[in-house]
Amino acid sequence: MTTNSRRPRSKPAALQKERTGIPGFDEITKGGVPKGRPTLICGSAGAGKTLFAMEFLVRGATIYNAPGVFMSFEESSEELATNVASLGFDLNQLIEDKKLVLDYVFIERSEIEETGEYDLEGLFLRLGHAIDSIGAKRVVLDTLEALFSALPNEAIIRAELRRLFRWLKEKGVTALITCERGEGRLTRYGLEEYVADCVILLDNRVQNQISTRRMRIVKYRGTSHGTNEYPFLIDEKGFSVLPITSLGLSHKAPTEHVSTGIVRLDNMLDGKGLYRGSSILVSGTAGTGKSTIGSHFINAACTRGERALFFAFEESQDQIIRNMRSIGIDLEKHLRKGLLKFHNARPSSWGLEVHLAMIHKTISDFSPLVVVIDPITNFLAVGDRTETKAMLTRLIDFLKSREITAMFTSLTSGGNDLEDSEVDVSSLMDTWLLVKNIETNGERNRGLYILKARGIAHSNQVREFLLTDNGIQLVDAYIGSEGVLMGSARSSQVAREKAADADRKFAMERKQRELQRKQELYEAQLIALKGQYETERDAILRELEQEKERQQEAAEQRLAIARLRRADNGEVQLEDNGARKSRKGAVAR
Amino acid sequence: MKTPAKKSRRPSNGQPPEIDGDARWNLRLYVAGQTPRSLTAFKNLKEICEEYLKGQYHIEVIDLMENPTLARGDQILAIPTLVRKLPQPIRKIIGDLSNTERVLVGLDIQPRSN
Repeated sequence: MTTNSRRPRSKPAALQKERTGIPGFDEITKGGVPKGRPTLICGSAGAGKTLFAMEFLVRGATIYNAPGVFMSFEESSEELATNVASLGFDLNQLIEDKKLVLDYVFIERSEIEETGEYDLEGLFLRLGHAIDSIGAKRVVLDTLEALFSALPNEAIIRAELRRLFRWLKEKGVTALITCERGEGRLTRYGLEEYVADCVILLDNRVQNQISTRRMRIVKYRGTSHGTNEYPFLIDEKGFSVLPITSLGLSHKAPTEHVSTGIVRLDNMLDGKGLYRGSSILVSGTAGTGKSTIGSHFINAACTRGERALFFAFEESQDQIIRNMRSIGIDLEKHLRKGLLKFHNARPSSWGLEVHLAMIHKTISDFSPLVVVIDPITNFLAVGDRTETKAMLTRLIDFLKSREITAMFTSLTSGGNDLEDSEVDVSSLMDTWLLVKNIETNGERNRGLYILKARGIAHSNQVREFLLTDNGIQLVDAYIGSEGVLMGSARSSQVAREKAADADRKFAMERKQRELQRKQELYEAQLIALKGQYETERDAILRELEQEKERQQEAAEQRLAIARLRRADNGEVQLEDNGARKSRKGAVAR
Repeated sequence: MKTPAKKSRRPSNGQPPEIDGDARWNLRLYVAGQTPRSLTAFKNLKEICEEYLKGQYHIEVIDLMENPTLARGDQILAIPTLVRKLPQPIRKIIGDLSNTERVLVGLDIQPRSN
């Protein structure tokens, strides 16, 4: 049994809200629909009103243990059960478990004759009984306006609806009332006059032949709420609203680094790679290897054991796997391990909002650490530049808030300036790599450089970018007196330099050898001179010696002669004069 | 406010041709409690039946306050609602039956006046 939630309170309490359990909706309404009050859901045919209301009940019954009553004025119980079975809701089981009551109110206008005054007490009693039978907390009336076409007296219906809403409030049930959208007003019969607390508008707009579902909270009395139009999806899991517009610039900035998967590129980025949670733009002309850089990035993440998501808007999953295998990257093994997931879609399949929603949802379901979106330029096929930029801004905000490192590729058309990114998103990106075809001497070569990298001391050089059997190789481009050379020009220049180097080396060696020879020569000369000197010295010394011997001999001879002459002179004197006399004597002889 | 079935002898005057001898008018009046409007409706119904269907009708009054589940069967929203169960097809007349002419039209007793 429901309790009366409207008993008087001593102090004002904040408006209580009831969570719907619909992903995203509770975020934009900051907690759900007003508890114990009716909420109006309006929208044109096919906008998803019935589904929204039904999911409100099913989630209530399954998640919040809040039984619900669905009073349908349009579809029979069987039709409803069949319609939502495709979303995985088993209404019959819920009915069996006494968590749901479906009441189909069928009024055949032609059967009815009006004869005087009446009221809608029968409806009240039916609803009241249904609520009481399972202790319902939630009620859906879909679509109440059917009453206006079923019963002739509009004045009575209006009075009774006013009473119904009051009665619902007194019952304390949280009610959703669906309404057809009218011309120039929210509802065809102006029900918003009666249900003034919360009005939600569902919309399905077609633009460029692509339809997009959007939701807006027109009014929510007594509480703040997101006021934008939010895209929503209806898929096999039901309703999901995407509160992507509500993000701001309050995300955290992790300091951890992640590798790009290309060693040389990491080196160019201060040797550490990219910041986790940053966004990277890889732009370039066709066939420059943007997707390959993306695949490297994915491969590196999966090899680290991180989950990665590849959004491919140009190629199929098999095609990417095959192409990457040809350069030695095996993405299939990551796929098998469940670390990698592909999401392939043509951009023209849906509108931008739906793409954003799909991306959002896929990321929420898979929770990857690394995301590659290849390429973002294709979105221009479905939206104009402003819209695409707005969409990407929201996407980047979303990715940053979840600290997902994201790589976006962008195709630049040949005519444009390469640095003029097509989608004007470069200012949103933290790192911008540019791959370009450099056409010289009759060949095209790929050059890669880092245009910017926020917070990373990055290399300012152009690297030549080669696709080999082992993936991407970055090679230093030739930078020297001949300018920047790449490709065969680079290799021939390198060869020329090598030859010149060899020449120089040879010349140096020759000089060295010459020096050596000179040294040896001089040393030999030195030895020879020394020898000569020694010879000459020896000769002189020998001469001196001989002379000395000769003098001595002469002296002895003189002495011997003197002795023979019986000279009486003192020996000393004799000896003194001896030399003179001997000279005289020699002369005399 | 259960009302005993009214059965009276067959009148001799001409009856609508679709009612054969044994058939009778089976009418069900849905009310919610003994509100003045319900009482008025019942009073009006009885008067009409006595005047036009004397002896051929059967009125069952169902109080939805007592049996709310019964509202589903005949798809009752408005109170009071008179349901013509027989003769077929089912017809519904809502309101306090104060407009006799419309009641007669609604019950197909009197042809629709253009």
